[in-house]
Amino acid sequence: MSNYDGKSYSQAPYELRCRECGRSWGNQPRSICDECFSPLEVAYDYDVIRSSIAQGTFSRERIAQRPPNMWRYAELLPLPAGFEPRLPVGFTPLIQAPRLAEQLFGAQSDTKTTAQNLYLKNDAVCLPTLSFKDRVVAVALANAKAFGFDTVACSSTGNLANAVAAHAARLGLKAWIFIPSDLEPAKILGTQVFGANVVRIAGNYDQVNRLCSQIAEERRWGFVNVNLRPYYSEGSKTVGFEIAEQLGWRLPDNVVCPMAGGSLIIKIKKAFDELAKLGLVEEKAVKFFGAQATGCSPISTAVKTGSSEIEPQKPATIARSLAIGNPADGHYAIKTIKQSGGWSEDVSDPEVIDSIRLLAETEGIFTETAGGVTVGTAGKLYRQDRILPEETTVLCITGNGLKTTDVLAGVYEAERPIAPKLVEFEKYLQEKLDTVEVAQEAASVGA
Amino acid sequence: MAITVQIPTALRRHTAGTSSIACAATNLDELFSALDEKFPELKPHLRDEAGQVRRFLNIYVNEEDIRFLGGPGYVFSDGDEVLLVPSIAGGAQ
Repeated sequence: MSNYDGKSYSQAPYELRCRECGRSWGNQPRSICDECFSPLEVAYDYDVIRSSIAQGTFSRERIAQRPPNMWRYAELLPLPAGFEPRLPVGFTPLIQAPRLAEQLFGAQSDTKTTAQNLYLKNDAVCLPTLSFKDRVVAVALANAKAFGFDTVACSSTGNLANAVAAHAARLGLKAWIFIPSDLEPAKILGTQVFGANVVRIAGNYDQVNRLCSQIAEERRWGFVNVNLRPYYSEGSKTVGFEIAEQLGWRLPDNVVCPMAGGSLIIKIKKAFDELAKLGLVEEKAVKFFGAQATGCSPISTAVKTGSSEIEPQKPATIARSLAIGNPADGHYAIKTIKQSGGWSEDVSDPEVIDSIRLLAETEGIFTETAGGVTVGTAGKLYRQDRILPEETTVLCITGNGLKTTDVLAGVYEAERPIAPKLVEFEKYLQEKLDTVEVAQEAASVGA
Repeated sequence: MAITVQIPTALRRHTAGTSSIACAATNLDELFSALDEKFPELKPHLRDEAGQVRRFLNIYVNEEDIRFLGGPGYVFSDGDEVLLVPSIAGGAQ
């Protein structure tokens, strides 16, 4: 295949393999093993990749010379022969977050020395649709084209809808998008604008998802998160590859990751494992922490109660992008978290809003509700001493706040307009300062 | 009393292509026993060695996950439609 800049890289052979019984299924649009109903996973011939490393064609240095997008890790992605990337997806910023750290660490730490240890992986600016879903869709549609689908589809809580619609438009594919009818208006509009067929279902995501499983059996469509799911989910690994590279080819101590279906956290771990296995990073025990909204927390509930199985829930949260009550990868997410020595927490809807504001006011990043869940959960984990300030910790911010502005309705008062006169502004400013002084005075009396 | 059971494509090779059957089961256990009897090859794909429903098999009754209806204790009503759906799709992060 070639990268976004047209340079050719060698691809390692890959195939679908059952996660439980190990049966091989070659490469085809399918996501479950007919033998045991378990999910399929993409397995690579790592010896071929090792050969590329030995020959110097796939090394830290060579990767660094490639364009800044997710295709720089092409050797570790399931990309069909002849695939030509059409979009420079990924390679989003990994930034230190010292001002957020000061707030999250609280009084427990000398933040002057530890505040540099907190990082944000900012997929709120992932292109083209401002969420990490662009990564998975890019890989899924590469395979959809190779399998000869002219129509792609998905069940979605919003971000995936946007990504499938945009990428399909770019590739000239027809798109059918199935969403719960109560989705945020910006996410619906941000799907329709790409010319996709949007089907609103009067039900929650789990019901939409079940319907899509049935439709996928009837129509020859490439459902990115049904029959293309094993390929699609591999795109999430690029978050992990980028974190490692952007940390200077080393792994963090902790990753805090939002969870809906539970796939992202598993794939970041797979990415770290692959880099260590191939000698591109030093092996290290990374703790994985899952973040959910309390109103839809089947995975964090299982972790906290010591269960290895999911008890499905009926979602009731403003964090709609995480509102999956029966997460398909829940079992594996629990396993990943527990085996790593990590933990999972959940936060209430008011905490989600407070955390969105905290992230925006401290670091200038406007995240959607899922990001609020992640930041709020991280605060809890620091307060519980499950994550320590002296450890290198990465929070995954997976979506953009401009898509979920409705949750902030009523949080901010509409400012009254003033006349365009200097005297009016001085008067306005004095009123503001008086208000602040009164508030500070009240706070000091209260303290 | 009769209920209808929809068989997913992935399992139809064990049912000689049958996509739907009617049976008189009153609960999940009876339903599985009826399927075991009619399609012996299907048995290991529905329940594990301990007799539990396989982890990646979801069961819906009239579009509702049976776990929200009381799970194995749910008593079927005449005309119920039971869907067996592999737990494949998943959503966001």
